[in-house]
Amino acid sequence: MSGTRVLVGTRKGAFILSSDEDRTQWTVDGPHFPGAEIYHVKGSPLDPQRLYASQSSGWFGQVVHRSDDGGSTWDVVDNDFTYDGVPGEHQWYDGSLRPWEFTRVWHLEPSIHDLDTVYAGVEDAALFKSTDGARSWTELSGLRRHDTGPQWQPGAGGMCLHTILEHPTDPQRLFVAISAAGAFRTDDGGETWLPINKGLRSGEIPDEDSEVGHCVHHLDLHPSSPDVLYMQKHWDVMRSTDAGDSWHEVSGNLPSDFGFVISVHAHEPETIYVVPIESDVLHVPPEGKLRVYRSRTGGEEWEALTDGLPQENCYVNVLRDAMAVDSHESCGLYVGTTGGQVYASNDSGDSWTAIVRDLPAVLSVEVQTLP
Amino acid sequence: MSSTAAPSGTVVRVVLPAPLRAMVGLDKEVQVVVDGAVTQRSVLDALEGAHPALLGTIRDRTTKRRRAFIRFFACEEDLSHDDPDTDLPLAVVQGREPLIVLGAMAGG
Repeated sequence: MSGTRVLVGTRKGAFILSSDEDRTQWTVDGPHFPGAEIYHVKGSPLDPQRLYASQSSGWFGQVVHRSDDGGSTWDVVDNDFTYDGVPGEHQWYDGSLRPWEFTRVWHLEPSIHDLDTVYAGVEDAALFKSTDGARSWTELSGLRRHDTGPQWQPGAGGMCLHTILEHPTDPQRLFVAISAAGAFRTDDGGETWLPINKGLRSGEIPDEDSEVGHCVHHLDLHPSSPDVLYMQKHWDVMRSTDAGDSWHEVSGNLPSDFGFVISVHAHEPETIYVVPIESDVLHVPPEGKLRVYRSRTGGEEWEALTDGLPQENCYVNVLRDAMAVDSHESCGLYVGTTGGQVYASNDSGDSWTAIVRDLPAVLSVEVQTLP
Repeated sequence: MSSTAAPSGTVVRVVLPAPLRAMVGLDKEVQVVVDGAVTQRSVLDALEGAHPALLGTIRDRTTKRRRAFIRFFACEEDLSHDDPDTDLPLAVVQGREPLIVLGAMAGG
């Protein structure tokens, strides 16, 4: 029987939750890196024993850890995220210009094409690449040097590059998303980038047709339909059928179209999941009910999934990297909350259970389907 | 720059904060060998040379400036704001006292 490993980053360390394919009994291992903010932990799709973790703290800065034994032991790897050349300036909240300054790694994306290639999305927004298993990093500076770079501005959480998606068959094509600049695509391995934000409507910026300035919270795609992208924007759930060249809204009957996460079912390219959040001010679930919403039609028509999720007095948030899907035959979903719970479903979202409930605030959740 | 050159190969004791000790698997106190003048800069250069995982955790990798929430104490004095090329106290040079690296107090 195959296994399941859930990698959880929290405000105070990382945790590894393990189960078999049934996903009914879980063991909790951790905290790894106790006391440290772990923004993201993710495993290689090519070697499940290869894990990376991003540790960030106000005292000791950025540290990147790597494991080659599934998280039993960790080594510190390179944390030199020096921007290529003179970093330049971007917009600050008050409209003034501020120099690009590295703060932390938000997201680590081990490549689906090469075991030793891994990408890092950082704040202030930039994309770094390693081809030696995180032992050294090089900025793909064509992104930050895009003509629109001086117009980029931070969202409330900082100007972070938080989403990195690889095309399943074309290693030259990548999608990234930045708060609050928008989504971008490269077709030449990161040399040049195209803003892909046409059709987004953001009331928070004066020109709704602006090429950049949109607060994209997360992107996802299904490998069998790599031109179909899904987006949870600050407000609005969006869909593109042309690799991001244009977008249309599919929020439909959601109780709120604000949220952070969006995920695609492992085996059904048109089945997607979001977790509606009340608003950008409240950052809690509508009506105190934690509900995952599922659409089997690529958006527009949504159903609430509530079985096993708290339906009263629930005021937690689900942050942008805190939902994941496994690829078992019966697709599993995992949602981590700022209240320290990780909820899991082993039946495509029909029912849920808290597999751990008193962790520090959860920053990220990833899952590995083990052979 | 320092004007008091210490003998080549001075052994300096350094106390690190618990999270950094745990990260690199060190005991509470570590000894580093410093060539030339014994200053904050030379001690940290030697420390990072011996333990590269500490690069960027005590001072910025590029500017070499002390991270904002890091402090340097020795001989019951706060040396955090001293020029990094100032000689450390004689007791540190002679190994009678350690250079203490610690995280600043934070929280409520």
